[in-house]
Amino acid sequence: MSDNAHTETTHSAAGFVRHGAASWRDYFTFNTDHKVIGIQYFVTTFTFFLVGGLLAMLIRYELLTPPAEFSTTTYNSLFTIHGSIMIFLWVIPAMAGFGNYLVPLMIGADDMAYPRLNATSFWLIPIGGLTIIAGYFVGQSNSGWTAYPPLSLQPPVGQTLWIVGVIILGTSSLLGAINFLVTIALMRAPGLTPGRLPLFCWAMVSTSLMALFATPVLTAALIMLLLERLLGMNFFNVNEGGDPLMWQHLFWFYSHPAVYIMVLPGMGLVSEILPVFSRKPVFGYKAIAASSMAIAIIGFAVWGHHMFTSGMNPWLRIPFMLGSMVIAVPTGVKIFNWLGTIWGGKIDLKTPMLFALGFLGMFTIGGLSGVTLASVPVDIHVTDTYYVVAHLHYVLFGGSVFALYAALYMWFPKITGRMYNEAWGKIHFWLNFVGFNLTFLPMHWLGLQGMPRRVAEYAPQFQTVNQIASIGGFLLGISALPFLVNALVSWARGPKAVDNPWRSLTLEWQTTSPPPVHNFAVTPVVTHGPYDYGVGIAPTGVAAPAAAAAAPAGD
Amino acid sequence: MTAHTLAPARTAPDEGLKRRLSLWLFFVSETMMFGSLILVRFHLWGPGRVAHLDQVLGLDLTTILLLSSGTMAHAEALIGKGDRKGFVRYIAATLILGLLFLVGLGYEWAHAPFGPTQGVFGAVFFTMTGMHGAHVLGGVIFLFIVLLRGLRGRYSAESHWGAEACAMYWHFVDVVWVFYYMVLYLL
Ligand SMILES: [Cu+2]
Repeated sequence: MSDNAHTETTHSAAGFVRHGAASWRDYFTFNTDHKVIGIQYFVTTFTFFLVGGLLAMLIRYELLTPPAEFSTTTYNSLFTIHGSIMIFLWVIPAMAGFGNYLVPLMIGADDMAYPRLNATSFWLIPIGGLTIIAGYFVGQSNSGWTAYPPLSLQPPVGQTLWIVGVIILGTSSLLGAINFLVTIALMRAPGLTPGRLPLFCWAMVSTSLMALFATPVLTAALIMLLLERLLGMNFFNVNEGGDPLMWQHLFWFYSHPAVYIMVLPGMGLVSEILPVFSRKPVFGYKAIAASSMAIAIIGFAVWGHHMFTSGMNPWLRIPFMLGSMVIAVPTGVKIFNWLGTIWGGKIDLKTPMLFALGFLGMFTIGGLSGVTLASVPVDIHVTDTYYVVAHLHYVLFGGSVFALYAALYMWFPKITGRMYNEAWGKIHFWLNFVGFNLTFLPMHWLGLQGMPRRVAEYAPQFQTVNQIASIGGFLLGISALPFLVNALVSWARGPKAVDNPWRSLTLEWQTTSPPPVHNFAVTPVVTHGPYDYGVGIAPTGVAAPAAAAAAPAGD
Repeated sequence: MTAHTLAPARTAPDEGLKRRLSLWLFFVSETMMFGSLILVRFHLWGPGRVAHLDQVLGLDLTTILLLSSGTMAHAEALIGKGDRKGFVRYIAATLILGLLFLVGLGYEWAHAPFGPTQGVFGAVFFTMTGMHGAHVLGGVIFLFIVLLRGLRGRYSAESHWGAEACAMYWHFVDVVWVFYYMVLYLL
């Protein structure tokens, strides 16, 4: 792909370990180069995204007409696998992919702290993913991505494979979290003080802390579910003194923080993109970084908002309601800081910026519907309806996926060394934006009118709105095509990109595109903040050091 | 073309700091896992001493592990002073105490007043002790590797990270057991 790429093969206890990629074949090996691993993440998770999207279109096909066309089992396992793929195999690992590619470059390091562990984290993803998908073919699980017992204690063997798959994926994200934390804590270039750390790195710190504290709890719960399914032990079986509500507590103790594991890195990516395309310093750097940490902490105390109608202690709903509403404060801090960043800037509406602005608008809608859902009386009215489906897709698609697309365009020239096609990028954005809103905006109305989620049939009066949503869904599906064609054709034959096409100040742009195997020719020395646009400094935020300056101080 | 000739830029972190930080982060995640099982125990069993397990046997198991933490700490102190022979001797002692604990746990499993599938008592007791026992087994294997490397003289007063990591892990697993003994046998 580039003149700079080369491969190192070293002998080790584990046999041959590759570092760096010289040909496409190297991307199918156990490779320890974080940039190769990042690309492995992008390609793998995007493939899972396409699979999950096809399943979503089957769901929208079923919902074109009120009566059920598929069998209930087929429909139930469709949304089970759709949700599981999108969450565990697309959004969470795709964010980790950006963490892999960008964090070492942004902090001026040559790789992650543990390259071998990093490769292990990646290879666990296809293994876990195929385990879950295999379950679809050998005995379909029906219990949704939330796997509530007693439904998840029913016979289909696909449920067992689902549990094993999610344990594997959780392990991957846990290992990744430790790797990110150690890397960011200890491998920053000289001069890269915490106050100069790019906001995406701050987002990865808070995300990794959440994964570190939350994932083991999910793993413990999954192991209990597995023991109950396979050995007949009793944790969730009411007849033997077990408690199915306990699963919900443990599951949401992980899965509410997981919402932030899915969106905080996206917020970090958007925080990188907005100042570059506004040519302004980021507004409220400290507030954005601190609000990530605040979200990470408060996010652990609000899981009960998923259980308002589950029969939990009624008075407990009040603190969970208030806590959930309080999270809107640090989130609002971010949104206003982003608005302050673009305010009065020289806005350049390139594709990454379009998607970043799309994120800003769509995530705000999802955040606001989240506040309404946190309110107990509203939640009781719309629980398990399409209102919840609308909300979560505004947060996860309008939020996370828009941010991922923005980042894929933003760093495309860095990753591939070539430019994508701007016109097709814009077409992709508008198709995506219109398709997304056509699909999910009407669902708010469906939910308020009482259409239940996760059911193949529905009342005839909902047909017109469902057909609008389905047309939007198909449009959304088609919108992936211009992206795919653009990405593949540009990667192969696009015009060569310069090293820093966006004139960005963060470190990853101060090396070649794509970067050499060890990222930087000499260790960069950081002399300015990452967003000092238009404040009268050198064109880049770093000064290339003399050889002597590269020698680290002894400790 | 250029990458071959350029000296790679490396921001090499302090290895000792890096290893210790990683191990502590690992302990954080393990604490969350073991801790969530303690909450499960209180949720399903309720407060108070309800399982009626053999407290004396539990105390024996606890004593064995606490003793092994002592021998482990002594082994680490000895290699710090460069005493390789003493180090190997005390690692072997720790290893034997670890095996003794596993045998005791096996005895306890065979004589518990309930089986693993008997209600929430069996489920909680066997899962918690099983999860902990698996970690002890991991520690025993770790100790065995450290023992072999010690016999080959791989550790010195200046460089014995493997032994140190093993000791930290072993103490961590012991502390977990102290809490498990309290919530399973005493409370
Ligand atoms: Cu939540």
